[in-house]
Amino acid sequence: MTTQATSMKNEHDNKQNVRVAVDMEHLKKSFGNNHVLRDINLVIHKGENVVILGQSGTGKSVLIKCIVGLIDLDEGTLVILGQNTSELKDKELVELRKKIGFLFQSAALYDSMTVRENLEFPLRRQLHLIPKEELNSLVKEALENVGLSETIELKPSELSGGMRKRLGLARTLILKPEIMLYDEPTTGLDPITSKEISNLILEVQKKYNTSSIVITHDIECAKLTGNRIIVMKNGMCAAEGSYTDLKNSDDAWIRSFFE
Amino acid sequence: MENTILQQSQDQHQEAEIIPENFSETISDSVFKRFFLEVSSLIFFTLRFFKEVFKPPYEFNELMKQSYLIGYKSLPLTGITAFIVGLVLTIESRPTLANFGAESWLPAMVAISIVREMGPAITALIFAGKVGSGIGAELASMNVTEQIDAMQVSGTNPFKYLVVTRVLSATLMLPLLVIFADVIGLFGSLVGVNLRGSVSTHLFFSQVFQSLVFKDLFPAVIKTFFFGFAIGVIGCYKGYNSNKGTEGVGKAANSAVVFASLMVFLIDMIAVQITSLFQN
Ligand SMILES: Nc1ncnc2c1ncn2[C@@H]1O[C@H](COP(=O)(O)OP(=O)(O)O)[C@@H](O)[C@H]1O
Ligand SMILES: [Mg+2]
Repeated sequence: MTTQATSMKNEHDNKQNVRVAVDMEHLKKSFGNNHVLRDINLVIHKGENVVILGQSGTGKSVLIKCIVGLIDLDEGTLVILGQNTSELKDKELVELRKKIGFLFQSAALYDSMTVRENLEFPLRRQLHLIPKEELNSLVKEALENVGLSETIELKPSELSGGMRKRLGLARTLILKPEIMLYDEPTTGLDPITSKEISNLILEVQKKYNTSSIVITHDIECAKLTGNRIIVMKNGMCAAEGSYTDLKNSDDAWIRSFFE
Repeated sequence: MENTILQQSQDQHQEAEIIPENFSETISDSVFKRFFLEVSSLIFFTLRFFKEVFKPPYEFNELMKQSYLIGYKSLPLTGITAFIVGLVLTIESRPTLANFGAESWLPAMVAISIVREMGPAITALIFAGKVGSGIGAELASMNVTEQIDAMQVSGTNPFKYLVVTRVLSATLMLPLLVIFADVIGLFGSLVGVNLRGSVSTHLFFSQVFQSLVFKDLFPAVIKTFFFGFAIGVIGCYKGYNSNKGTEGVGKAANSAVVFASLMVFLIDMIAVQITSLFQN
């Protein structure tokens, strides 16, 4: 390849990078003999909400935990915001991962802290010398965003399931992530609260222009939040398309998710 | 009829097959394997502690908070136990010493046994029960509810923030608690001495300090650092590596106490060997 061709290719790559938030190629992960991720190929574009459907135990949570670095990949290329994670040093990885928000299935609130301290924790950890007033106003804004202003001095154990999820979301959003990963955000909530959470996810996408992966079993949530839907099976992406595409799929197994 | 008999004999046959020929071998093999796996991962955990403890940034605020929770909050329990041990030890020793006409040795004898052994060992066991299980349960429940993962995702090193601070606090607080317990234990003993006959506080303590030498105090304090370290590391290890599941929390707390108490005795035994080596 000539130099000119190389530079042209690089330019092309760069243009792609501008639009791609996460690029996964041939991701593989096993736990002993349990081959959880067999071959995942998936691109998340900037500003896009991708919903992942799939039965329990197919490795949806493992996939997004690999993206955020909680679980190490065995094989494959993972490019996040134009940076290949396998080529980065530990410090650079930590910096990169600060741009990723993760909403845990259980919300993962810190039990021993109040609502205020839960929100202050990530701020204090990342912006070490943040002035007190700024801290307070960021916390207040984050709580207003999710409609929890009254709960600021409560402990997480005093909140309802929906409130916990919203607080978890507020704690994640307080660092203004560019990529959001939601692990079953509406599981275990009543239909009305589920819809509230789904709307919050949409709001986040609009307000901060985040790129998101939403794992869910809740077909209403998928319909509402997903620009694109992926169906995972046996550690691979089995189908991909819009809500209506997949709902009218030829494959009865895929249609069964939408019934 | 015939069918059922056939069925039964087949069942028996199957049962026999379920238990393998080298049954006892398999059992001992897996128990040994599990034990060595456990010990080696505990060693790796300890090495990781030493790797991270010197690396900045230091979690000073959390260290202070943990020291308060682990140390200060253990004062009442430690004090009450030490007082009772000092009192009981004195009352129980009096008749034996009286038999030899050596009743005046009572303060000295009790002081030596409290400072050398009872203070450190009993405080460490109480500490293992209270703090070791507390740390085990706390970290395990944080693990189960993904709070540790959440910390990592928000850019905090959870090992540094949770484990290093707790192990350091336990290592530094237990020696202080033991010194506190020694003093309270001696007061318990003073009360015990005064239950029959009367010895003034001044006379009691001058007898105590005459009998105690640096040689008693120094090894006794040194070993408590090791007790505290072992209890902290084991509590953290059990909690941090607990099973994901609510039953993992109870298991972590329970095995933290059992393992930590065992470790206290083991270290105590080694410490006795070492000190006697130097004293002869
Ligand atoms: N840390 C882990 N260690 C071992 N096995 C794991 C771990 N995390 C997940 N698994 C296994 O990976 C498989 C997929 O899990 P998961 O991604 O949680 O499923 P889901 O699609 O329901 O989110 C399961 O069989 C689970 O047992
Ligand atoms: Mg899951």
